[in-house]
Amino acid sequence: MSADNRRRKAEHIRHLLDTEGDSVHENTRVFNEGRYESTAALDDYEALKDEARGIKEDAIERLPALIDEVTEAIEENGGTVYLADDAADANRYISEVVDGRNAVKSKSMTSEEIEVNEALEASGANVWETDLAEFVLQVADEAPSHIVAPAIHKSREEIAALFNEVFEPDEELETAEELTRFAREYLGEKILDAEVGMTGANFVTADTGTLALVTSEGNARKCVQATDTHIAVAGVEKVVPSVEDLQPFVELIGRSGTGQDITSYVSLFTPPGDSPTFGGGDEVGPGDDRELGPGDDRDFHLVLIDNGRMEMREDDQLRETLYCIRCSACANSCANFQHVGGHAFGGETYSGGIATGWEAGVHGQDSAAEFNDLCTGCSRCVNQCPVKIDIPWINTVVRDRINRGKDGDLDFLVEGLTPDEEPGGVDPQKRLFGNFDTLAKLGSAFAPLSNWVAQAGPARSVMERTLGVDSRRELPAFERESLVDWFEERGPRVGPDEARRRVALYPDTYTNYVRTERGKAAVRVLEALDVRVDIPAAGESGRAPLSQGMVATAQSNAEAVYDALAPAVAAGRDVVVIEPSDLAMFNREYERLLEEDSYEALDGNSYEIMEYVYGLLENGASIDALPDGDGEEVAYHSHCQQRTLGLEPHTVAVLEDAGFDVTTSDVECCGMAGSFGYKSEYYELSMDVGESLGDQFTTDDTADRTVVASGTSCLEQLDALLTRRPAHPVRLLDER
Amino acid sequence: MSAEPITTFESSLDEIGVDLVRTTADRFESALAALLDPPAIGVPLPFADVSLPDEVETDPTVADLEAAETGVTAAGYGIADYGSVVIQGGADGEEPVSLYADHHVAVVAASDVLPDMDAAFDRLAEDIRGGTGQAIVATGPSATADMGALVKGAHGPMDVTVVLLEDA
Repeated sequence: MSADNRRRKAEHIRHLLDTEGDSVHENTRVFNEGRYESTAALDDYEALKDEARGIKEDAIERLPALIDEVTEAIEENGGTVYLADDAADANRYISEVVDGRNAVKSKSMTSEEIEVNEALEASGANVWETDLAEFVLQVADEAPSHIVAPAIHKSREEIAALFNEVFEPDEELETAEELTRFAREYLGEKILDAEVGMTGANFVTADTGTLALVTSEGNARKCVQATDTHIAVAGVEKVVPSVEDLQPFVELIGRSGTGQDITSYVSLFTPPGDSPTFGGGDEVGPGDDRELGPGDDRDFHLVLIDNGRMEMREDDQLRETLYCIRCSACANSCANFQHVGGHAFGGETYSGGIATGWEAGVHGQDSAAEFNDLCTGCSRCVNQCPVKIDIPWINTVVRDRINRGKDGDLDFLVEGLTPDEEPGGVDPQKRLFGNFDTLAKLGSAFAPLSNWVAQAGPARSVMERTLGVDSRRELPAFERESLVDWFEERGPRVGPDEARRRVALYPDTYTNYVRTERGKAAVRVLEALDVRVDIPAAGESGRAPLSQGMVATAQSNAEAVYDALAPAVAAGRDVVVIEPSDLAMFNREYERLLEEDSYEALDGNSYEIMEYVYGLLENGASIDALPDGDGEEVAYHSHCQQRTLGLEPHTVAVLEDAGFDVTTSDVECCGMAGSFGYKSEYYELSMDVGESLGDQFTTDDTADRTVVASGTSCLEQLDALLTRRPAHPVRLLDER
Repeated sequence: MSAEPITTFESSLDEIGVDLVRTTADRFESALAALLDPPAIGVPLPFADVSLPDEVETDPTVADLEAAETGVTAAGYGIADYGSVVIQGGADGEEPVSLYADHHVAVVAASDVLPDMDAAFDRLAEDIRGGTGQAIVATGPSATADMGALVKGAHGPMDVTVVLLEDA
């Protein structure tokens, strides 16, 4: 990316932070908290997710047969199924069916994807969006910023101003209640006048030809009931085998999306339905004494959209995207999305984490490239997805493909070796951050000189101009003596015979070259608990290149780390990791980067440092061997990936056991996310996200607390946000 | 039917702000009368010894729908865990009657209250295969947060009452 492009991107993000950020933040926060609360009330949440995932895996596997089955079922019921290759094909068919008549629509992202409104209007038909948020956007002529709540970026005040200006009501509209009543009445007339009702479909059952529509307002029901022609538009991936298969989705979709146990209406239509219609026509209006017409002569058309989906199905990396039920959990749980919204974190149609998969699949890689960098791989969405899609991985793969500059390079995992395993076209900024270990090694070798040079004004402005490293960020200062060198000289202090356990402490790049003090503290704490520690000279885990979409480099790093740690694992030692993002590599991404046996060996024997201390204390080690916290008040920020792995409680438990008084943050991510906060185009977003954390640690209760955080990035971000100097929690347990 | 799903149904309805009126066939008329705010529309009820009073319009015009304060329909099932009622049927007008009135009164037999979503979908699948063209799992009133705050009664009713018909 050129310096000019970076500046333009930064300006765009700044503009959205200023204009839409507050509304998006407030609304996504409600959805996000609602989801945690609502899913916690399920006693079989994980089992339901597994069931939902299983149904989708099976359905996509058998998709061609299911499409045949649903076609047969609907035709037998008296309806029509049209399989559209692409948007133009779908729009041509729909325009023919509508044939210039008035149409009312309920919310459908798939209809946004094909831009059917524009096509219908061009063919001379009137189309009205009846979902209130879509109606607002239709009046404002804006695009959705969220896949479930499309006008999430607009405040009540903005909507009131818009309606007052456009509709000039007798009395100015002000409250949400007044705005809702007005829209209901306005759209009620449109519904009375309409002859065609258009809906999407959240699910379509192959066995019976039933559409499941998940809604809250009641407009979809009205659109179907009022009219005598029903057109449903759905992606082919919406087909599930049977009616019974709907159950887990019905229990999950509302909870996952807006945090409601269930939405007001889950409509199961097996069209053509027979509810009495309003018949449509032009002269009618509210207050007329027209009889309702018989509904037994309805016309029904299901338009199933391919538009790239069948190719996604053949793509081993993108296929999972088709399991998506468009609940928006990945958007709501995403710190970047919460702050900037879908107008930045989205492509032509879709927004949020999974949008990268959708956009790459239906609109092409260029659309995904617009926003793909906004996924920092923090993984907070991973446990929130009701069908367990590895959304960060899809973002990584697409980033890798964007780096390579061509569509669908499926062989990327086995590509031949190049210096850093990447093709020539990788952006220099990505290459810099992806090869952080090389930089760290050099920086350490020439420290402190390298630190002085790097921090000096001229160097920073060159770095900003050529590499997009924001000069408002303090750069990490490299230590002259690495942790590995320090330990080599010092040696282990617990004899093999008196050792409770034996540990290989993994020297991640940051701990090894920058934050050596937390590595030394970890060694001393483990030794105080009678653990014999060794530090094998293992290199960078692959996290840095992976975050830049440099998958091949990440894989080669992963293999080298495995080779370095394998002897210790084979000898029965436990691998202890200080940096949570590296432990997450071992536990999650290595499954895709290493042979199965290697992955399992490392995954099964590696632990986060505080998790490990917790385990030692649970298994006979005494807390008395560690310093007494003596009631010291501590504010702890866990790490995003650590929390995804379920490892926040261990740190809290250990600190409390040691006598500290602990309070924790609950933001999804600190906003730094490795290299993200250093990039000049994202610096302001990163700081905006960080401020939510900063606010939590500057309240009356937290302002005087000692701040600890597990991740390197989080420590850097907290350092920038607070005047107190934060440290890794293991340092509280170190005698020094 | 054990009392357990009914107890759960009652507390689920309470949580989502839906009133529950428990009655029997012989006391139904007076129980319903207390809920009818005129003008009222309705769909004839399928339960034995239970009928709608004359003032409930069962063949509403468009104007009747627009003006209706109360709409009475049967519900095929109740779902205890969620406080949902399942509005089934079509040709008799269950859909417009339950949608257009400000207050929807859903009448469900106690024996049709199912414990959970699993049980509900087993029955719904059976019904759909048997030809039921339409089933709406309705939980509480229509709602929207699209205008900047939560508002009850978006396109559908702003209030819902469930009348539970129990054996005498």
